[in-house]
Parts: sequence; structure tokens; C-alpha cells
Amino acid sequence: MTNHHRSVISLQVNGVPHRLSVDNRTTLLDALREDIGHTGPKKGCDHGQCGACTVLLDGRRVVSCLTLAVAAEGAEITTAEGLAGDGELLPLQQAFIRLDGFQCGYCTSGQLCSAVGMLAEHTAGWPSAATADVSPDGPAPVLDAAEVRERMSGNLCRCGAYPSIVRAVLETAAQKETEG
Amino acid sequence: MKNAVGVAQPRIEGRAKVTGAARYAADVPIPGLAFGAVVLATVSLGRIRDIDVSAVQDMAGVLGVIDHRNAPRLNPKAGGFFGPDGQLQLLQDEVIPFAGRPVALVVAETLEQAQAAAEALPVTYDEEPHDTGFTADHPASRPAVAIFDEPVNVGDVEAELAASSVVVEEQYCTPEEHCSAMEPHSATAWWEGERLEAIDSNQGPFSIAVTLATLFSLSPDLVHVRTEHVGGGFGSKGLCGPQLILAAMAALLFGRPVRVTLTRAQVFLATAMRPAINQLIRIGADADGRLRAIHHEAAFEISPLVEYLEGCTELTKTLYAARSIRTRLSAVPLDILPPYSMRGPGATPGSFALESAMDELAERLGMDPLELRLRNEPVAGPVSGLPFSSRNLVACLREGARRFSWDTRDHRPRMRREGALLVGTGLAATSFSAGAFPSSATITAETDGTFTVAIGATDLGTGARTALTAIAADALAVGTERIRLRISDSGLGPAWGAGGSRGTTSWVWAITEAAEKLRGQECRGTVTVDTTRSLGELSSRERHSFSAVFAEVTVDPVTGEVRVRRLLGMFAVGRVVNPLMARSQVIGGMIGGLSMALHEEGIRDPVSGRHVNADFAGYHIAAHADVPDIEADFVPDYEPGIPMGVKGAGEIGNVGTAAAIANAVWHATGVRQRSLPIRLDRVLE
Repeated sequence: MTNHHRSVISLQVNGVPHRLSVDNRTTLLDALREDIGHTGPKKGCDHGQCGACTVLLDGRRVVSCLTLAVAAEGAEITTAEGLAGDGELLPLQQAFIRLDGFQCGYCTSGQLCSAVGMLAEHTAGWPSAATADVSPDGPAPVLDAAEVRERMSGNLCRCGAYPSIVRAVLETAAQKETEG
Repeated sequence: MKNAVGVAQPRIEGRAKVTGAARYAADVPIPGLAFGAVVLATVSLGRIRDIDVSAVQDMAGVLGVIDHRNAPRLNPKAGGFFGPDGQLQLLQDEVIPFAGRPVALVVAETLEQAQAAAEALPVTYDEEPHDTGFTADHPASRPAVAIFDEPVNVGDVEAELAASSVVVEEQYCTPEEHCSAMEPHSATAWWEGERLEAIDSNQGPFSIAVTLATLFSLSPDLVHVRTEHVGGGFGSKGLCGPQLILAAMAALLFGRPVRVTLTRAQVFLATAMRPAINQLIRIGADADGRLRAIHHEAAFEISPLVEYLEGCTELTKTLYAARSIRTRLSAVPLDILPPYSMRGPGATPGSFALESAMDELAERLGMDPLELRLRNEPVAGPVSGLPFSSRNLVACLREGARRFSWDTRDHRPRMRREGALLVGTGLAATSFSAGAFPSSATITAETDGTFTVAIGATDLGTGARTALTAIAADALAVGTERIRLRISDSGLGPAWGAGGSRGTTSWVWAITEAAEKLRGQECRGTVTVDTTRSLGELSSRERHSFSAVFAEVTVDPVTGEVRVRRLLGMFAVGRVVNPLMARSQVIGGMIGGLSMALHEEGIRDPVSGRHVNADFAGYHIAAHADVPDIEADFVPDYEPGIPMGVKGAGEIGNVGTAAAIANAVWHATGVRQRSLPIRLDRVLE
């Protein structure tokens, strides 16, 4: 194959630098799964409709199946494998286990990455469709169950773990607030 | 020693699932792997005229194409529960029996190369006129195969209807619905000499391995199927799927491991769906609400490739004491994807019809729908006359009504408003049959004091791994830390799969029997048991789980939007092995029921016969924003005939929810919803 079909890219994945040659058609999801071996992100639809492939790209949540690997050149990627680093699980991951926020677990990596990204968006004051006052001078949206459900709706779960996921996210957010 | 059964415990594999470490079928690294991309037929009936392999064989990385001209011959006797299954006969001839039938597999070095070549592969067809239009009075309609849920005729339905003070006669329609497990079907196969090895996402590796062995005319001990973590099944992974058959073919032809993963569209088009169903219910009652007659007929679509039975009338034979009961099931063969079990098969759509009709009867009687159900509680099986092994429906109804403050409900419709919204509540009573199937289990007392418990079970997210560890610990009277459970492997011996709400019951039976035998030999050595004989000794009883579901909805008459604001389920599912996981499971079932009530509808283009909304944008399943906080709890219950008193909780959560929601929508609006899903255009005023 001639070289114009392939590109060499650099990615920082869960803190580890990777330099790899990818087919230009390769999505970030397939690069993570097939080339780097991080199979935490899942391919539930390959169309950006289910959220199972959600990862954090430079701290923001993206559906990695709709992101070309070449477009992620130089980015810092966090997958479910990297959320806890080497140490203890995040409070969010612990809450998922304790409250049973999953059954089959296939959507879980995406739900977790999405929740981490979503909490950061909320902390930054971003409104959602569930926010009553979205004016620039409006108050910071309060993170209640309706807000979490709206903001997490890109992540489907067929087992129906939604109520436990929402509870886990709200508990984690409340804990964070108490710890200030 | 404290029991492990009955204690709420998080899942054993929890850490692996929240750190992305749990490996599903498409995640397992295999050296030398090639990738197969499936090509599906685009016409609903006809023959392949040509597949132009030369157009793709020189594309980068392409190893080859398998179609009906070079595919290994398969044994036509292979099948499953419903007999020989033509759906399994992939790439055997040029006939196209439905749109979505696999016609070729393109194999390449990388996934991108395989997908690009599969998209580029020219396939031409000679189309024939197809029929995908389902109606109950279709001329091809014929009696359904009577493997179970046989037609019954008790008493004189016509005379009782004629003598009834009030009669409800209505039709209820449910569309094609798709299991939609989040993990698309994936298989990786390779040959080690004569031996076929596979990693596959399925609901029961033993039966899948047997089917695969039959298909490839191999001795069953030469086929080994593993399936460690499975991303949901809901019925769609109960059969030997196209991914596995095609991967095994490719591994044979190309002499290396091949992975075949269906795309999401292919999961919709080529794996099991619930058929479209049309049901007729006639119920007659005296003025005091006592039932004189229930007449329940259901017609559903099937494919000529394989028999299937959607047993819609199960609840009709179970729930209520009526003087006369008549049921009949009809099948309409069409040129469609063969339907198969989807979570709560038969009972779920059947319950929508029966429990909607009961609500209509209560309306016409001017009676509380809760009271109507309580008044018709049977003392024995309404059709069989057999005693119930345990029946706690009344406890579910009464406790649910108490928690839901049902006694404050004004039973007249359209009485509650909140601003622009109409508010209503509804309920449904539910049952789901309980039982067990033969399984084997092996327990070995290890020298370090632990016990290896091996059983061909599988964990689709049900929590089987955690539940069976607790069961084994109690059966051996040791702590759970001394149990090493091995599941998800066809080599562990015959076992029922995860399906029919009979996984836990079947596996518990085998594990407890093995544990008893091992304890009989002072917990030394290895024992293997098979429960075929002891299952045969089980006395004839009506064995069912029961539940009552209560729903509160808001309806916006201007937009037609229905939102479920509150959902409560009370369940009698025998002894609860792990309350944390069991609650999750029944809540998940209720969410499936909510999704069925409001969202899910496979739509066919009448001209092409093709399914047109084969993705999650077009086929919506309930998302976070659709789902309120859901309450589910258990009433005390115990199944006396099954070890540990368990019944199974995998499907009953789905069963009653759609009717409870539809009844609540009527209560809010005064308009009956007899067709699912309850779309905006069906509600809009």
C-alpha cells in the first residue's frame, strides 16, 4: 500500500505516549482497540448513537467511533482503563459497583467516561436542555436527576441500569461538593 | 455460618467492568487474526444472479470472499428448540428468503480492509414478488406449532359471553421489536487440527457448540465454544448466530483465526426479533366483576425457514378464574427475518393485550381495576386445575397499591390536570412461568480447601457469576471465598443457557445436587451430576413468578408526548438470591417494558419489504431521559419444588409494564391505546 493511505500519529493514551501508523480510515475507537489494545471503549453501533465508545479527548467526552484517529493527532486520551490511574478506583467507579450501575457492563466504560466529562461540563457552568435558565447571566445549573438524565442520554444501556447510574453520578457529585 | 444467599452483594466482576478490563467476544487478542465483514441481501425474495468477487479480490489486504459457490457444506439437520433451522444454512444456495440474509463474507487482514471490500462487493439479484405485509387474517395464516402454550377450550365461551352483563371485545397490535443488546454479535473462530475453537457472544455455550458441531458434521467433543463476558442477549444470542457460522467457515477456508462482528444494522437485520402480533381478546363478566369468559387469540408472523411460537396466551391460562377460557395461536409465514424469543416472549405482548382488556372491563363495569383482579383470584390453575406451587399475586397487588396510594385514585379518566398536562395512573398484574431444564455440574474439592464449581452457565449481565458463587457456598456450607466458579465454556458439560427465566433455577439445581453428593463423600474428590432424572421427578404444579406493576404518566395533549413519571413493581419471584442484583434485573425489565410501550417499532417499507430503521437513531430504545427513578421490591415467596426456593427473575420485569403504562395513558386522556408503541400521533389531540 502506498503511504498516502496511511499516517503516522502520536497519541497519549492513559498517560502513555504511543506513536503508530494507522490506515487513514481508522477511527479513534479502532485505533485504541485494535492497534493499542485498549478494549475498554466498546463498539456498540459505530454511528455515534449509543455512546459505548465514549472516551475523554483532552478532557472532553467524545464518541471515539465518530472521531478519526488521524484527527486525534497529538491528543491526550483517557479510556475507562485509565480513569483510576494505577491506584484506587474513582469514587464514581466505586459508586457504580456499590449501587449496581451496570449489568452486562458493555456500556459501562462509555457511561463512566461520559459521566466524568459531564461532571466537568457542569462544573464549568455549561447548561443543558434540562436547564431552566440558559441565559449567560443565569445561575449555575443545579445538578439534579433531570439534569443528569438529560446530559447522559447519549449513553444507551439496554440492561436498564439507568436509575442506578443516575444515583451513582449524583452521589459522586454531592461527595465532591462536600469535599469542596 | 451466615448464608450467602439472600444477601445484597455487588457483582464479583464489578471491578473488571468499571475499569474496562472485562473482555467480551470482540476484545480477546488472538495472534494472526483476520477480519470478516458480512454482506447482507438487499432484496426480500429472489435469487442471487451474481456476486462479482473479481471486483474486490485485488483490493488491499483482501484474503478472499466466501459465498454459496465456495462455502463449506452445512448439515441441514442442524437446529434448535423448534427443529431444523433454515436460518442456520448460510451461503448454501442462491436463494434469498428475506432481506438481511447473509450472502457473502469478505475476509481481509484488517477490519477497515474487510469493511471497504464488503461495501464494494457487487451483488446482483433476480427479484421475486415478496410478501412482508402482516395481517391477522392473512390467507397464509395457519395454526401455530403446539410445542407449548397449546390451544385450550375450557367451558363454553360463547354461552358464557352471551350470559355476561358486560363484554369487552378488542384487538391489540404490537410491532416487530428488536432485542438490541448493546454488544453486537461477535465470534472469533480457529481450527486446531480437527478441533474447532471459538469465542462467541451467546446465551449458552454448550447448546451453541452442539449446534455448531451438527452444522459442520463434527463430533461435539471437537467443538469448543467460550463466552466469558456477554454484553446482553435478551433472546437474540440464544441461537447459533451468523457471526459464529461465518467465522468458522472462514477459519476453515483461510486456515487462520477469523473474527466476524456484526454491525449494528446487521444486528437489526440478521438476528432475532419479536414478531409483529395481532391479538383478539373477548372478556365477559357479571355485573359484580366475576369473569365468565376469556377468549384470547393471537396471530404472529414467522418465516418459512424455521418454526417459532410466540406464546401470547400463557397469562390467560394462569391469572384469572373464569368459567370458560379459550385460546388459539396462529402463525403467518412471510418473507421476513425469522422471529425468535425476545425478553419475555409471548407473555410480554400477551400481557399487553390481556391486561389492557381487563382495564377496559373495569372501566365498563365502573369498578376499581385492582378490585376486579382481586375478585378473580383463582384457587387452582384456571385451565389445568393443578394447584399453584406458590402464588403471591395478591400480596404484590396489595403491597403495590399501598405504596402507590392507589386508594386515593379517582377511577374516572381525564380527571387530573397539572397545568397543560394530563395525569393518569394504571396497573397490570403479571405472571411468568417458572421451571428448570436439565443441566450438569462438577464440583472438585481442592487440596487447599477451596472448591472448583464448574457449570456451563453464562453471565449476560444477569449476575449469574455472583449468584451461583453464593449458591455454591451455601450448598457446601462454606464461605464464598472458598468457591472458584467456572462458567461460560462449552467444555464444562451440558447445561441450559441463560434464557426462559430458567438459567438460575436450572444451574442451582445442578450445583446443589452436586454439593449434596460431594458432602455425602465427606467433601473429597470430584463429583459430576446431571439433573435430568431429578427434574423428571418434579410433581405437576402451576409454577409461576408473579408481579404487579403500577405506572403514573403525564400526557401533553398538544404534542402527544407521554412521559412515565413513576413506575413501581412488586414481585414474587421465589427466594431472592441477591436483592441488589435482582432489583437491578427487574428494574431493567420494567425499563424494557417502558421502551416497548412508548418507543420501539421496527418499520418495514411495504415496497421493498426491508426494515428501514435499523439503527439506534431510527429505532429508539429508552435512554436516560426517558426513565424515571423506578421502585421495585419483593414480597416473601418461595418455590417449594426447586432447590433453594428460587423461581427466576429475568423476564417478569418486562411483562406487565406496557399494559400498566397504556392503562395510565387511558386514565390520563380517556382514550384507549391498543397499538404499541404509544406514538405521539396516536395520542395527539
